Amino acid sequence: MEQAVLALEDGTVFEGTSFGASVQRTGEVVFNTAITGYQEIFTDPSYCGQIVVLTNPQIGNYGANAADCESPSPYIEGLVVRELSPIASNWRADDRAEHFLAKYGIPIIADVDTRKLVRLLRDFGAMRGIIAVGEYDRDELIEGARSAPMMAGQNLVSRVTTPVQYKWTEGVEPVSESDKVVHGSDSSFHVVAFDYGIKRNILRHLVQIGSHVTVVPAGTAAKDVLALQPDGVFLSNGPGDPETLENQASEIRKLIGKAPIFGICLGHQLLGRAFGGRTYKLKFGHHGANHPVLNKLTNKVEITSQNHGFCIDPDSLRDSEVEITHVNLNDQTVEGLRHRSEPVFCVQYHPEAAPGPHDSHYLFQEFARVMKGNER
Amino acid sequence: MPKRTDLKRILIIGSGPIVIGQACEFDYSGVQACKALRGEGYEVILINSNPATIMTDPEVADRTYVEPLSLAFATEVIRKERPDAVLSTVGGQTALNLAVELAESGVLEEYGVELIGANIQAIKKAEDRLLFKDAMRRIALDMTQSQLVNNVEDGLEFANRIGYPIILRPSFTLGGTGGGIAYNGEELVEILERGIDLSPVHEVLVEESVLGWKEYELEVMRDLAGNGIIVCSIENFDPMGVHTGDSITVAPAQTLTDREYQMMRDAALRCLNEIGVDTGGSNVQFAINPQNGRMVIVEMNPRVSRSSALASKATGFPIAKIAAKLAVGYRLDEIRNDITRATPACFEPVLDYVVVKIPRWQFEKFPGAEPVLGTQMKSVGEVMAIGRTFKQALGKGLRSLETGKSSSAASFDRDLIAKRLITPNPERLDYIRYAFSQGYTVEQVFELTSIDRWFLQQIWEVSEVERSLEGRMLDSITQNEFRKLKRAGLGDRQIADKLGVEPLEVREARKKLGVSAVFNRVDTCAAEFESFTPYLYSSYESENEAEPTDRKKVVILGSGPNRIGQGIEFDYACCHASFALQDFGWESIMVNCNPETVSTDYDTSDRLYFEPLTQEEVLNICDTEQPDGLIVQFGGQTPLNLAMPLKSVGLPIIGTDPTNIDLAEDRKLFGSLLKKLDIPSPAHGSATSVEEAVQAAQKLGFPVLVRPSYVLGGRAMVIAYDEHTVRRYMQEAVSFSVKRPVLIDRFLEDATEVDVDALCDGENVLIAGIMEHIEEAGVHSGDSSCVLPAISVPQETLRIIEDYTRKLALALNVVGLMNVQYAIQNGRVYVLEVNPRASRTVPFVSKATGVPLPKIAVGLMLGKKLADFADITGGTVKGSLPVPNYFVKSPVFPFAKFPGVDPALGPEMRSTGEVMGVGESFGEAFAKAQLAAGTPIPDSGALFISVNDRDKQAACELAARFREFGFELFATRGTAAALKAAGLPCKTVFKVNEGRPNAVDLLKANKLNLIIYTTTGSHSFPDEQTIRRNTVMYRTPCITTMSGARAAAEAIISRRRDPIRVWSLQELHAGKAMTNAG
Repeated sequence: MEQAVLALEDGTVFEGTSFGASVQRTGEVVFNTAITGYQEIFTDPSYCGQIVVLTNPQIGNYGANAADCESPSPYIEGLVVRELSPIASNWRADDRAEHFLAKYGIPIIADVDTRKLVRLLRDFGAMRGIIAVGEYDRDELIEGARSAPMMAGQNLVSRVTTPVQYKWTEGVEPVSESDKVVHGSDSSFHVVAFDYGIKRNILRHLVQIGSHVTVVPAGTAAKDVLALQPDGVFLSNGPGDPETLENQASEIRKLIGKAPIFGICLGHQLLGRAFGGRTYKLKFGHHGANHPVLNKLTNKVEITSQNHGFCIDPDSLRDSEVEITHVNLNDQTVEGLRHRSEPVFCVQYHPEAAPGPHDSHYLFQEFARVMKGNER
Repeated sequence: MPKRTDLKRILIIGSGPIVIGQACEFDYSGVQACKALRGEGYEVILINSNPATIMTDPEVADRTYVEPLSLAFATEVIRKERPDAVLSTVGGQTALNLAVELAESGVLEEYGVELIGANIQAIKKAEDRLLFKDAMRRIALDMTQSQLVNNVEDGLEFANRIGYPIILRPSFTLGGTGGGIAYNGEELVEILERGIDLSPVHEVLVEESVLGWKEYELEVMRDLAGNGIIVCSIENFDPMGVHTGDSITVAPAQTLTDREYQMMRDAALRCLNEIGVDTGGSNVQFAINPQNGRMVIVEMNPRVSRSSALASKATGFPIAKIAAKLAVGYRLDEIRNDITRATPACFEPVLDYVVVKIPRWQFEKFPGAEPVLGTQMKSVGEVMAIGRTFKQALGKGLRSLETGKSSSAASFDRDLIAKRLITPNPERLDYIRYAFSQGYTVEQVFELTSIDRWFLQQIWEVSEVERSLEGRMLDSITQNEFRKLKRAGLGDRQIADKLGVEPLEVREARKKLGVSAVFNRVDTCAAEFESFTPYLYSSYESENEAEPTDRKKVVILGSGPNRIGQGIEFDYACCHASFALQDFGWESIMVNCNPETVSTDYDTSDRLYFEPLTQEEVLNICDTEQPDGLIVQFGGQTPLNLAMPLKSVGLPIIGTDPTNIDLAEDRKLFGSLLKKLDIPSPAHGSATSVEEAVQAAQKLGFPVLVRPSYVLGGRAMVIAYDEHTVRRYMQEAVSFSVKRPVLIDRFLEDATEVDVDALCDGENVLIAGIMEHIEEAGVHSGDSSCVLPAISVPQETLRIIEDYTRKLALALNVVGLMNVQYAIQNGRVYVLEVNPRASRTVPFVSKATGVPLPKIAVGLMLGKKLADFADITGGTVKGSLPVPNYFVKSPVFPFAKFPGVDPALGPEMRSTGEVMGVGESFGEAFAKAQLAAGTPIPDSGALFISVNDRDKQAACELAARFREFGFELFATRGTAAALKAAGLPCKTVFKVNEGRPNAVDLLKANKLNLIIYTTTGSHSFPDEQTIRRNTVMYRTPCITTMSGARAAAEAIISRRRDPIRVWSLQELHAGKAMTNAG
């Protein structure tokens, strides 16, 4: 077995065993605490530019399958795990996790003390890192980590967005006969979804509420969106720093009042910016499936799936057209906004889950409700 | 929603004695609930019949009633205390059932008491199979096809329609008692008949089999606002078909994709909603068909359960404590997470380690019971292990079991592999490992077991790592190899065995190469947030998070998994040791591996190491902690076995010197000590061979008592009436060696046995309690009821006992606790056994005297003197402690779980738990204890007597008394003749082999209310056994000793004379300073 190494910008080096592709990659090193759902994490475009550390020490146990992909291919730069299963044990598996990543040229470093790494990232914040395979020169690698681009200031959306507009019609498929998927209404909404790095499960849930979806590239102008005569506009999740997406924010601004808008994650940050809000980088971000979020409108707590490194500054939205509807109970950060008078709302977390709890599926229903209310 | 202010006084119902299926996990939950509610300013009243619990310590609740958990006594407590509410969800099935009874009988309404935690409708919906099925159908959750039947015909009809195998589950029984799997009509009839009988509502669910499906369990919490979280997911290593209490389980679930897991999570939350659990913790069990993912819900419990304890320890999320707070109105997001301090309890814990639970069985104690596992729980305890990987956790779990089994192939039989893999049994895991060592593939083992391939793959990988050691020398093992071995969970001993060296050599070699254990924290959040609780487990990672302090500190070695003979009593002592250390200003460090206990709560001690109790693991901890002392005398035999090895490497054992603990076990040395002190003991010898044993027995004269050295609970102890028995015993029953010879004592017949607990500071001795056994010598002390104070021992004999105890304590230089067992025969006192350590009776004596013995013992170990504790003992610092009233401790037996086993009492301990009764007379206390133990003595009806010739005289006297009480007498031929000769009319009943209707027929027809059936000495008469076995089956109280029968008569007198009355410990011991709070 070949040796692999992960070097961080602070000079820390972790040695491990190489799996997956035998290549060198750099990226921002972040950790995700979800216990299940590694395949969805691999294929979430929001992880573009990031090396992902999974805190669950046993990864790959249930292999990989075609249905659990959140995009056509994995987007992580590299994977860091404590132990990788050499077999796939699940009736849905059609591949081993290792093969799945290898196929797309993604390196895996296993046998790493991931807990130590996570503690380091927690205390110092997300760091740039490099995964290399085989013999290595320590100083060279650390230099390699330091010369990787900083996440703040990076526009990664252009790397992941669709080059062309397309239609999406596939809904949520049940995993087995016991999976009671709730099918949407008879309504037929036309939703135009901006693809900043959109996850398939969002599209599936939009279909689930009775929509047919037109996915448009991130750079699509507001007028072109309106020309599609949408019943609602959706702003997707995506990677990178929202500050670099001023164009997108101003196009969104033009859509307010023209159609109901629902945003998730980066889409939420861009809406916030469209309303004049400021975004800032979190120390090590929120990446996991167990974050408690209080819905201030209902006073109920949702356990949410999260994946973001940037956040909206609530002070910057004081006296704006929007109010804060959702708050993270771990650190009181902003998790949701809505317009005071228009059918416009967004959340920082992932109501589509994948991976994660389904507590927040209601937001898609809410989107259906406002689209319906807006029907002329 | 803040907490409710309309409630002031809350009654908590405990779970009663430790039984299979309901063990000390409910002490853990009860203690957490009491502490949480008192912390919120509520007055807490507790009722629980089990004196061995921490929860029944007078400091834990405001009012503590150690009284039977029956409707009558609970009503009396309510009448006396007038609580505003009763919390029924932290005391297991027992508490839930009692709450239902209190509600349905109108008691709660009469006294205006509100049921909090779970309401009656929710309890019923979850417990009643039919209602549950309807509820699940309403929320579109799939269940197995099933039908509730109350007769055998309907069961057969269903089975013929669905096909075998068929699962049977009686309604409302503990731990699935009476359930089973039927593979054909004959088995169906047998199990169904028993199940219908055992079910209090005489109903059994017959169900489609999902054998071989994957089994999962989710621990759910919900608050009044409807917020729900999953605390932990658990995946069973053993597929469906094995009771979850008998399954090896793993947290978190390992082989589910997120889609499948979330589907299960949604289902669990929907289930709680539909059942109507307003607040608290529940568990929901699922089965998944590994072929196509079809998921069925198996069952749910609307209360804190065994798996809640496991989940709490596995995640660091204190389910019972939070459940108690939710019950008084808090929301999950209003409660802080103790471990991170910064985040709320409203979240889902994540694990960056793997937890494995392995049950501990003791079939060896129940000859005649078939050692196979099914839907009825048989294990008596469990261990939990935490590792960074499944492999490491499994290895630690196996070491924690202390089964004494070596990992070598010598004890396995290749021909048995298939058999042992196909039918679940206690040895299955060992046989899987053996099969891999013999070249089996993962696929082959999967075919035989249906255990998920991922688990099998892990075990196979470990066996490959082990195999790599073959033919290797210790000094050739490299640093990387050592790291790999240790990360795969191999113990130093396992490695040493493979290399043919000593474990300490392995330790030294790897440490020289820098391969040392480090400690990681259990923090609920996979290190996302800082943790403030030193709850630690060892690993071979690269960073040590232990952060030891530089305070004065003592390590307490716990007692490991519950076993018969080593149960909650020792956890009680260990917890108290910890509280005492904290009181005295020392840092307390707990080491234990039993997830059910209070000792493994992260807030019981200053620091908690969740680790196996082995030399290796304890040395690792000491490397990091550098303690000033180790306490080995509170955890039973487990830490004592480690005492000498730890002392020999220079660790500071405090209290009685391990050399003297050993001396008391050494026949020769101890014999000469007794001689020197002029204290009589039964003539005795020891043997290291069959012939030596026979010679010794002949020299001593039969009957003799034969037993191995260094065991607890009378393991493998027998009374031999002839040479043949001695030979067979030596050949088949035990292993022995020159280091560990077999002990042979002259057996004293018809002697009264007495148990003494004492404290010694090296200069003075305080006799804490002289307990008189109800059953005569020969019945294991743990299986005998006993009474404090002694009732029939003359004063001068008591003085002799005190004198001997004092001499022994001083001669052994005891510092701390000591237990001595004596037999009194014809007025002469003999020493049977001395154990210079905390005994099983310590909690009972502490509760009866109101003096916390372990606390004083720890003080003595830290150098204080008995005189320093006058404030705690009410002024008595030598001589004997006074006892108000009468206290009886009675054992509780698991015979109903082991059909086919003779329930006659003997020298091998078989009880799993104990209860206490208190009264103004012995009879009252005994009657309460018997009621609490689940074997209430009837005060009228039909009495069946059959006694051996020796007992005939006494039987006649007793029978006359029972007749006066109005009992109708039945007897077997010989006894009937004796009774008639004494002028007592009685009906003669056939023995089983004499014809019909016989005694068993009468039992089945429910015609007998009480049985007195003494043994003929040896246990070889099948007829006697059949009758006694059937008394268990038909739940008719059966007394197997004459002294027990006499006590029963006393109890009946009290029942006819005394009103139902209850005393709280606080009332009984008013005036004594009881400041032992934790």
